[in-house]
Amino acid sequence: MDLATVWFVIEAVLWIGYFVLEGFDFGVGLSLPLIGRRDRERHAVLSTILPVWDGNEVWVIVAGGAMFAAFPGWYATIFSTFYLPLLAILFGLIIRAVGLEYREHREDAAWRRRWDWCIIAGSFLPALLWGVAFGNIVRGLPINAGHNFTGSLLDLLNPFALLAGLVTLTLFLTHGSVFLALRTTGELRLRAKRQASVAGAITVVLGVGFLVWLNRLPGIENRGAVLVCSIVTAAALVFGLGMHLANRDGWSFAGTAVTVGGVVITLFTALYPRLMPSTSNPAWSLTIQNSSATHYTLTIMTWSAAVLVPLVLAYQAWTYWTFRKRITLPPVDADAADAVRAKAQPSSVRSAIAK
Amino acid sequence: MDTLLLSRLQFGITIVYHFFFVPVSIGLAGLVAGLQTAWVRTGHPRYLRLTRFYGKLFLINFTIGVVTGIVQEFQFGMNWSEFSRFVGDIFGAPLALEGLLAFFMESTFLGLWIFGWDKLPKKIHLACIWLVAIGTVLSAFWILAANSFMQHPVGYTINTELGRAELIDFGAVVTNPVLLATMPHQISACYMVGASVVTAAAAWHLVRVARKDRAAQSALVAASGDAADYVRDAEDDESRSAFRTALKIGTVTMLIAGALTFIAGDTQGKVMTDVQPMKMAAAEALYHTEKPASFSIITIGTLDGKHEVWAIKVPRLLSFLAHSNFTGEVQGINNLQTEYAQKYGPGDYAPNIPVTYWTFRLMMGVGFVAFAGGVLILWLTRKDRDPATTGFWGIVWRYGPILLPLLPLLGNSFGWIFTEMGRQPWLVFGLLPTRDGVSPNLSPVQVLISLIILTGVYGVLAVIELRLFTRTISAGLPDLEPEPEPDSADKPLSYAY
Repeated sequence: MDLATVWFVIEAVLWIGYFVLEGFDFGVGLSLPLIGRRDRERHAVLSTILPVWDGNEVWVIVAGGAMFAAFPGWYATIFSTFYLPLLAILFGLIIRAVGLEYREHREDAAWRRRWDWCIIAGSFLPALLWGVAFGNIVRGLPINAGHNFTGSLLDLLNPFALLAGLVTLTLFLTHGSVFLALRTTGELRLRAKRQASVAGAITVVLGVGFLVWLNRLPGIENRGAVLVCSIVTAAALVFGLGMHLANRDGWSFAGTAVTVGGVVITLFTALYPRLMPSTSNPAWSLTIQNSSATHYTLTIMTWSAAVLVPLVLAYQAWTYWTFRKRITLPPVDADAADAVRAKAQPSSVRSAIAK
Repeated sequence: MDTLLLSRLQFGITIVYHFFFVPVSIGLAGLVAGLQTAWVRTGHPRYLRLTRFYGKLFLINFTIGVVTGIVQEFQFGMNWSEFSRFVGDIFGAPLALEGLLAFFMESTFLGLWIFGWDKLPKKIHLACIWLVAIGTVLSAFWILAANSFMQHPVGYTINTELGRAELIDFGAVVTNPVLLATMPHQISACYMVGASVVTAAAAWHLVRVARKDRAAQSALVAASGDAADYVRDAEDDESRSAFRTALKIGTVTMLIAGALTFIAGDTQGKVMTDVQPMKMAAAEALYHTEKPASFSIITIGTLDGKHEVWAIKVPRLLSFLAHSNFTGEVQGINNLQTEYAQKYGPGDYAPNIPVTYWTFRLMMGVGFVAFAGGVLILWLTRKDRDPATTGFWGIVWRYGPILLPLLPLLGNSFGWIFTEMGRQPWLVFGLLPTRDGVSPNLSPVQVLISLIILTGVYGVLAVIELRLFTRTISAGLPDLEPEPEPDSADKPLSYAY
């Protein structure tokens, strides 16, 4: 395998990391209205991702940076092509992140409510629009000989890309619901499971439709491999939902995680060796050959990634291990007792310090 | 307005805004780590409360730094696709390494630090905040490596067939003289900002306690008692002691960082004279080569070299800034313009002179004032003295804490505006003019939309952030929670810093 192909694979790995991890973050954010009905429940729901979401988000920064380094042409074309969708994604990521981090800083109910809406909207926009973007990348767009996009916003909102957006949206919601079922107990878990059933059923319908359509797209060079990937991905989703019905939370989460990863692998397999097909003229398509960095740069990047990616995986895994326990909503009385204790606390601490 | 101008405006606004938060994060991360180390080593609860107090401020600020940082990474491709194509082979690697080495470390260990107080052993938990602090510095290194290439391209060759710069020596890129000179200047400038925030918040509380003391004492006197009977509330007394410690740590750090900033800045000026003489000439609005060259503190008149009404000049100082001797020659804008026109073809190769001239002075000016402010604070609080509450010094103490952090913060902004505007008309010095780097597929309307949305969101966030920041400062030292029962089922995570 030449280094450009290696980097195509690494790029896929980075996007898998991003979508598998942030996928459930988005799903958890989207779950706020239905699963977190009261403030303390929403706090519990968000507690499942609060320590980890920021580390998860870095995967997209690295995926973008690695694309810049390994395939400068691809990075340039994609980011300028999806100008307005990326703006909307950025807007979503901004309000979601600030919501997650600022919500708990004040007791004020209106303050929290406003940030809750930011978290919901900020999870919705990227969950939908990343799908739209990747749908377009695989389908192809009007790209000229200079590798620049010549279409308009309407070209980006074609039925195939919109379906892809709905698939990522519902898949992330399912993935997030299953994650919540794994990470909570009691009523919250039951609600998460109910939501997983509904979202999962919709994802199966949309997802299978999308995969069938994907397999019929023109210009794909590895039809056999794409078909295999599609079947495995669909099977993983069915497996995940089956385990969900069997109340095997861990296996069910593994199933949706493999599904998310499978979607990325399927899309990348359908692309290879192209990076951004041109619908204007196939000769103007971006490929891993005409858009990659030099062998020298790729060598440096390969060594860096070979050392650093496993290290990152190790310490991120340790984080999940540290916060592995299910979140349990304390009974309401205990909550009230907590509040009383918290009020009583300061003076005793003060006296302790004064002594 | 065209796509180029709008894109430049957007990049300028978003990066200056982003860089209000970055220096605070870099500086505070290290100081919070230091405070927590003091707690782990001494076991004194005062350090723990200070760690949590400043930790909270750090987090409020860090969030905005993170969200505005992603915009920066995306913007290279979104608005500057031709630039990305041209330099990606060189520029992309530092960006990717910044993410892989620094961002992952910062955000993962920050999550562990925020929520790991009762889940991790004390020393491992302490290591988390140190890793965050180291991560912020590593990230600065890689982004400066990328920026330094734009100021002074090294380790590359031009591939004319593909129309791009290609990396041939990675070692040269990470040992770029501009990078090696900028890194210490930038990091110490960040610590100046972080330390000034620590100092300012501490000063605010010392003033609060002093005013409360005075009010209570005069009430006692009015009630015909004796002011000497006054006993300060225990919590206020603890606040005063803790914030005196913080004030000292903050001011001393600020002074050390300030001195390092000046020294490193001086080195940087010499490197700049060497590799970007036009920028040095623009910093002084020096049109004609001078030997020795004087430095003007202030000029009234136009800066186009034609009408100088009045100026305060220090003879030979510019020679010293440029060469470390008082006789060296500093090239003028006109001479360099002629030279560049011969080398790169016809065109205007001078940056916007009023901008470079004033930002250069303001950067140094606010830095010196901040340094003087630090010395003054140490003097005014010597030997357990409390801040004045009346008279001239009362006013200084009242408004000083608000102004203090703004000085080094603006110093950072002016410095970067100078550096980046001084690079114009080049995007990559000598290789790629700014106008050739912009994305060709964008319409002005698209960029206008993003400019309005981003500026609007940033404006709203600034208000929210500042309010939360000041609110958290005025809330004072957080109370310490009791030791949690080990191994209880996880309740929703308390936002315990």
